[in-house]
Order: sequence, then structure tokens, then C-alpha cells
Amino acid sequence: MSGAEVATAGTPFARALEAAAAAPAPAALQRLRSAGRARFAAAGLPDRRQEAWRFTRLRALEGLDFEPPPAAIPRIDVDRWRRPGSPLLVFVDGRFSPELSSPGELADGVVLTNLPLAAATGSAVVEAHLGRLAALDRHPFAALGTALLADGAVLWVPERTAVAAPVQLLFLSTASPAPTVCAPRLLVVADAGSRLSFEEHHVGSGPAVLACPVSEIVLGPDAAVEHVVVQEVSEAASLVALRHVELAAGSRYSSQAISLGGALARTDIEVVLAGERAEAALDGLSLTDGEQQAESHVLVRHARPHGSSTQLYKSVLGGASRSVFNGRIVVDPGAQKTDARQSNRNLVLSDAAVANSNPQLEIFADDVRCTHGSTVGRLDDEALFYLRSRGLDRTEAQAMLVRAFAGEILDRIREPEPRERVAALVAGKLAALTTAGGAP
Amino acid sequence: MLAGREGYEVTSGEIRYAGRDLFELEAEERAREGLFLAFQYPVEIPGVANSYFLRTALNAVRTHRGEEPIDAVDFLALVREKAKLVKLDEGLLKRSVNEGFSGGEKKRNEIFHMAVLEPRLAILDETDSGLDIDALRIVADGVNTLRGPARSFVVITHYQRLLNYIVPDFVHVLMDGRIVRSGGGELAEQLESQGYEWLETAPAAVGA
Repeated sequence: MSGAEVATAGTPFARALEAAAAAPAPAALQRLRSAGRARFAAAGLPDRRQEAWRFTRLRALEGLDFEPPPAAIPRIDVDRWRRPGSPLLVFVDGRFSPELSSPGELADGVVLTNLPLAAATGSAVVEAHLGRLAALDRHPFAALGTALLADGAVLWVPERTAVAAPVQLLFLSTASPAPTVCAPRLLVVADAGSRLSFEEHHVGSGPAVLACPVSEIVLGPDAAVEHVVVQEVSEAASLVALRHVELAAGSRYSSQAISLGGALARTDIEVVLAGERAEAALDGLSLTDGEQQAESHVLVRHARPHGSSTQLYKSVLGGASRSVFNGRIVVDPGAQKTDARQSNRNLVLSDAAVANSNPQLEIFADDVRCTHGSTVGRLDDEALFYLRSRGLDRTEAQAMLVRAFAGEILDRIREPEPRERVAALVAGKLAALTTAGGAP
Repeated sequence: MLAGREGYEVTSGEIRYAGRDLFELEAEERAREGLFLAFQYPVEIPGVANSYFLRTALNAVRTHRGEEPIDAVDFLALVREKAKLVKLDEGLLKRSVNEGFSGGEKKRNEIFHMAVLEPRLAILDETDSGLDIDALRIVADGVNTLRGPARSFVVITHYQRLLNYIVPDFVHVLMDGRIVRSGGGELAEQLESQGYEWLETAPAAVGA
């Protein structure tokens, strides 16, 4: 018995880790998994004395005994996600389902497959990039996610290739009587001059499900990637996601992350502008009610000159919910002419809801422009009265103002199809928020 | 207070409107009963499109009257016609309510809303403040077009200038919260030539 096994015994993840280690996998994945397991055994889960984990209620996980997901993949109807011409990969409880997926026709050279297959066939991108950005010692959930590594998506767009329709990656978790944990992996590599738009969608039906997706997104020079993330996991489920993005010179990455479900939904994002003139635009919208907690921890590192980055994170809070925004901008020495902006706006609809906002700037270059702003507020009484004085009732007026607040993020989703679908999801949740959770 | 803003306490008196006690009605109920307030400082509402808001408001009023909601095609025709009335640039319909509008555009937008909602009683709260003479004329023309036996206006102003364009049927002079003089249109002209001071020295009985 190795030291690692001793150290994880008795923890909530002992059984799941055991099963993950025993699962057959290509040698490259096995090696990475062992390293993750060793690191997790040494470091364990973070505790609340660590600044970055101060607000995160991980204690709820501690009493649980997570199992690996059930072996059989149930039949699920995914037709509502299927769109003509748009490739779809479906993962159920973290594992690829070829039956439910429809990868469709892709441009020459584009690889869209699942991780074990890519690893087994000696994929160069897997070898070069898997586990490179999501360094095990950087983040406790990188270690856990890697230790549980079983499956995931690999999307590789070669040089000067454009993927016409948005690629959809659907991560479903199913209802299971016992608490389960999975860690779907995502590796996206957009080579020089390529174009890609993709959507990552997390849907969960089960209670006490924990998903720890780990994503690594690599942009070559002048590549352009649009990324939409939607999570609507079930009310009792938890999602602790990790996303690393690396931008080469002249590349552009934009993302809109929409967080709707989950008892705990935390995303840690680390974006490195590793080449000159890179551009990153990060937007987030979370809607919470009841006891929900949504967290965004964003680190943008400007490593090279002439880069620009924007962050606009918004949250709408009802009930006794809580949001956390931790936004850090780091400008390395020599990253001159950096233009970095960050804004966090929170709309609190009930007395019991709490928004935490913590912007941080660390600037080690002297010719840069960095701004940040953060607001926590209620609906504007003047605006409410104006709308009501023209005939809208209070609920309608509130809903209209809240939709307008959220709409700023939705409008940034460039592709019309995901935008409309996401807008409908958001409208549904907002309706619940402004009638139940939000009424003063 | 007339339009139902919260935060005011009525210590005495009552207002009867269309046979009902106005204070018993919420702001939106007053609007649906045909009361319209043109704001002195219309608020900017980012993210809410002007035409979308107006259609929602119109349908709230129509539903209250027992009419069918207006469909998108008819609504478009209606707002085009009414926008012309106050020379409102149609581009402002798609923009967020009042956001980035000039002072004159905001006031014209108020009159435009009024034209679409067709109230029974419209209160114009210092609609002339901050308007240049051209904008004033446009606003006044809009009001005059909407004048009719089924509609009353209360025009609140500090200046007689507006009343050259909107010729009043009745003039009431308020000082320190009290009506100190009432009369016909000629009272406004008298005020313009003599100022307010003579009223202080020679107050007339109200309603004389």
C-alpha cells in the first residue's frame, strides 16, 4: 500500500479515488492520475483559513462518502440539445457517451473526441498540453480532478482552420441514490490563426452530486476562441470547476459563464496572456436564490506587453443566497501598455442575501492602464417608480429591471443560437427570483 | 404624490379622481386608470428598450380597460405615428429608456409616451425646464394635438413662456403650497407683465 492510499483513506473521496485508480486507462492518463492522487493525498482539501477558500462551504462535502458514478450509462434524451450542423459530444457522469453524441462533419484536421481515445492513439496535443496549465500544485481541485481523471473531451483545431458551427459539449449527471463525484476533463487547443466557438453545458439531476471539471484551453498565435459556459445543475448538486486559459501573441479569447444551479457553484479561472497583443474578455452572470452559493475566482495575468483584458461579472441574488467574486489582475514586469479592466456588479433582491466582492490589482509595470470597480446594490427605486407610473405592476417592473441587468451579459454571447437558449433559461430563473426570492 | 410615489405621508385631505379616492390606488393602478405624469427629470433605465417598455405599459393599460393586448405590427404603426407627432427620432425607440438622451429628447419622449398611452389626466411637471425654444414648441404642439374633451392637463411651470404655446383654460397660482389666485388664461399674462409680487401684497380669496 502506498503512502497516498493511506493518506486518502477515510476521506470523502477514498472510494472514488480507489475506483478511479483501478480503472483501465492509457498509460499517459494513468501516470497523470497517479501524480494527481499523490498530490491530493499530500495537500487534501483546502480549509477556510486559506484566503481563497474563506467563503466556500466545503464542510458539506466532508461528511459524505463519494462513490464513483454508476457503471452503466442510462438512456437519456438529449434531443433538445441537438442542433443541425452543430457537433455535440455528450458526457454522462463524466464519461463519454458515443451513443448520445453526434460529432457531425468537421473541417479537415479538426479533432473532436474523448480523452482516452485521443491518449491511446498518441495524440500530440494530449502529450503536449494535458496537465500543463492545470498544474497539480497550483490548486487543490486540480489535484483532486486529476486524481479522478477518467474521461473528457479533446478539441483540437489545426492552424488557420475555422470551425463553422459552435461545438457543444454537454456534461450530464444523473440521479443516483448515493453521493457521486466525477471530474470531466476538457482540453481545447486552437492552433495559430484558427477560429472556434464552443459551448460547455453542465446539467445535473441528482442530489449530492459533485462535479469537478478541469479545463485547459490553449490559444496559438492569432487564434480566436469564443467559449460559453452554462451550468444548470440540480439544486443540491455542487460544481467546483477549474479553467485555465493560455493566450499566445495576438490571440483572442472571450467567454460568458452563466451560473444558475447548484448548492455550491464555484469556478476558478486563470488566464495568462503569454504573448504580446493578446485579448481576453471574461464575462460572468450568476443567479442565486434559497441557500445557493455562486463563486467566481478570476486571475488574469498579463505576462507580455500590449495585452488587453476585460472582466464583467454580475450576480443577482435572492433568498439567503451568496455570491463571491475574487478578481485578481497581475501585470508582470515588462508587460507595458497593458489595458486591464475589471467590473463586478451585484444586484441584491433580498435582505438575507450577501454579495462578497474582492478586487485585487498587482501591477509590476509602470506604463499600464488598469481599472476596477465593484458595486453591490438594490433595484433603483426611481426606475421602479417610473415603470410603475406608466402602468407596470411592481413584479413586472422588478422583473424588467432585473432582466435588463442580466441582459448585458447575455448580449455578449455572439452566436445567436446559444444566446437565445441561454436567455430563456435565465428568464425562467429570474421569474422565480423576482416573484419569490426577490420580493421585498 | 399624485402619481403615487412612496415616501410621502398624507396628513390631511383627499383627492377624488374619477369617482375614487386616489390615495387608495397604487402607482400602477393610477396609471391604468388614465393618470399620466410627465417627469421633470425622466430616469435613465439601461438595458430596457424604450419601445419594449412602452408596449408593456400600453398592454397593461389596455388589459385593465378590458381590451386585447396590441400586437407587434399594430404597435409599430402606432408608435411611428406618435413619434412623428413629437418629432422623436425613431432610433430612440430601440435605445434604452432615456439612456444617453439629450434633455430635449427626454422631454419629448415623455410626451411621446403620453401620446401612446392616451391618459385621461396628464400632469406635466415642469416639462418646459431646460428646453430651448424649438424643443418647447415641439412639446407644446404635441400637447395641443392631444387636447380634447376626454382629456385634462395639469401643466406645472414657473414661466409664462410655455403658456404662449399651451394656452390654458384655467390658471392657478401656488405659493408656499397654497392656491393664492385662480383665473382664466389672462391671469398668466398678468403674471408675466407684473410678476408675482402683487399677489403677495394683494391676495385674493381663493376661487373668487
